[in-house]
Amino acid sequence: MNGEIFGFSAARIFAMLRRHWYVLSGSWTRIVELIYWPAVQMIMWGFLTQFLAGKASFVAQAFGVFLAGMMLWDSLFRVQLGVAISFLEEMWARNLGNLFVSPLRPSEFAASVLLMGVLRALVGMIPVSLMAWWFFGFSLYEMGFALAAFFASLTLFGWALGIAVCGLIMRHGLGAESAAWGAMFLILPVAAVYYPVEVLPEWLQAIAWSLPPAYVFEGMRALLIDGVIRGDLLLRAFALNLLYLALGFAAFMGWFEAARRRGLLLGQGE
Amino acid sequence: MHRLPAENPVITVQGLTKHYGTAESPVVAVAGIDFTVPKGGVTALLGGNGAGKTTTIAMLLGLLKPTSGSISVLGTDMLRDRHRVLPRMNFSSPYVDLPHRLTVRQNLRVFAQLYAVPDAAARIERLARELDFVALLDRAFGALSAGQKTRVALAKALINEPELLLLDEPTASLDPDTADWVRSLLEHYRTERGATLLLASHNMAEVERLCQQVLMMKQGRIVDRGTPDELIARYGRNNLEEVFLDIARGQGKAAERIPA
Repeated sequence: MNGEIFGFSAARIFAMLRRHWYVLSGSWTRIVELIYWPAVQMIMWGFLTQFLAGKASFVAQAFGVFLAGMMLWDSLFRVQLGVAISFLEEMWARNLGNLFVSPLRPSEFAASVLLMGVLRALVGMIPVSLMAWWFFGFSLYEMGFALAAFFASLTLFGWALGIAVCGLIMRHGLGAESAAWGAMFLILPVAAVYYPVEVLPEWLQAIAWSLPPAYVFEGMRALLIDGVIRGDLLLRAFALNLLYLALGFAAFMGWFEAARRRGLLLGQGE
Repeated sequence: MHRLPAENPVITVQGLTKHYGTAESPVVAVAGIDFTVPKGGVTALLGGNGAGKTTTIAMLLGLLKPTSGSISVLGTDMLRDRHRVLPRMNFSSPYVDLPHRLTVRQNLRVFAQLYAVPDAAARIERLARELDFVALLDRAFGALSAGQKTRVALAKALINEPELLLLDEPTASLDPDTADWVRSLLEHYRTERGATLLLASHNMAEVERLCQQVLMMKQGRIVDRGTPDELIARYGRNNLEEVFLDIARGQGKAAERIPA
């Protein structure tokens, strides 16, 4: 029925993508916003990088580390935020009741918001990465295959946190909305985006190494500073991502069922 | 008003219960109700605010998990296999809405795809003609008046030509003219498609006009049931509104028939 494989329908997922595409394509302000914040950050870090490059030989050698860190971090944040915003659009519209009495399954709904998270991140980050090339002569794409691996790994972690945030908001209502914007910044100090894990106190290092982004950003510095692709770091990041993704989905489904027990799917909204 | 045959009910509910709160101090929203909804007719859940109507409909749709009891819809156990039967049913409620930034056509297109409606564009055009909103198809849903939104919400509910339509207060907040128009449309849809309708309502005239079976609810229980004519005769009243008031206030024959 409806092109289903094991009860999972690509057509229903595309229906939800169509819904979000209608919103995005009909609102240039939303598209501008997707690009605006990463662009502002990129420009600020770009000038800082230029300034530092003239002051210290190490930093000059590592030109682009901050810019690349900023852009990859923003990709991670935008994926997670994109997932949460796609979910919040349904909450704001009081549309969850309509969706969950349709044949759309919770897993298909989750898949659609995850895909929207990636699409929103790409809409923002591709123009910004090209701007970095144009303004500062730094091309993220020179990282080649490693960039794809870094982006994939960060996307998986953004999905895990994003889908868990969706479950949290479904269970606790729009009062928990700020989690969509704040959740990722909780890990920023230990994600090793702009400095290596080794500068952290020992107890924080243990926390950092339990999070996939730390491996990705260490891997990024190894590539940009030493010219080495650290496959071991990438593999550990992917393994951890699978764990976090499983936990994120379990949290989403658990909170979805809790919302069904408490009658929260009907009528939640602004 | 004819009683509908009881065989092959579209909905069978047994011992349906919903409690909120803790086990020590539960709030009883629905208290072990049993009923069937016969095929091809219109059944009403009638009761005051907090009687349990919306809670019952939410459990029938699977939006709310019952504390106990069983629900069979179109021969399917809704608590185990709701996704098998959801393509054959639909609903409309004032408690849900459609995305305001999407146009009417875009909203209906999304739901047509979710319900795997063949030739969605033609189906949307036809619904727009039947529900008289062709001129609104390319307007943002959020820019419509309450009456226009109700018509579009009804189109969403009919997009998959459901065999079973659940309607929560279908004419709430509509002016009398639009409300009457909606009732005519629902009657037409039922006779044309042989569909079954279950509606929750406060509107007695609506229930008298549309329904073959009325389930009177009070404090989470079904306290009486029958055709509108049977209920009016049973309580020695002139219309369903008087019956409703007797039951709600525990007066007249309701004081003897229904324990407080």
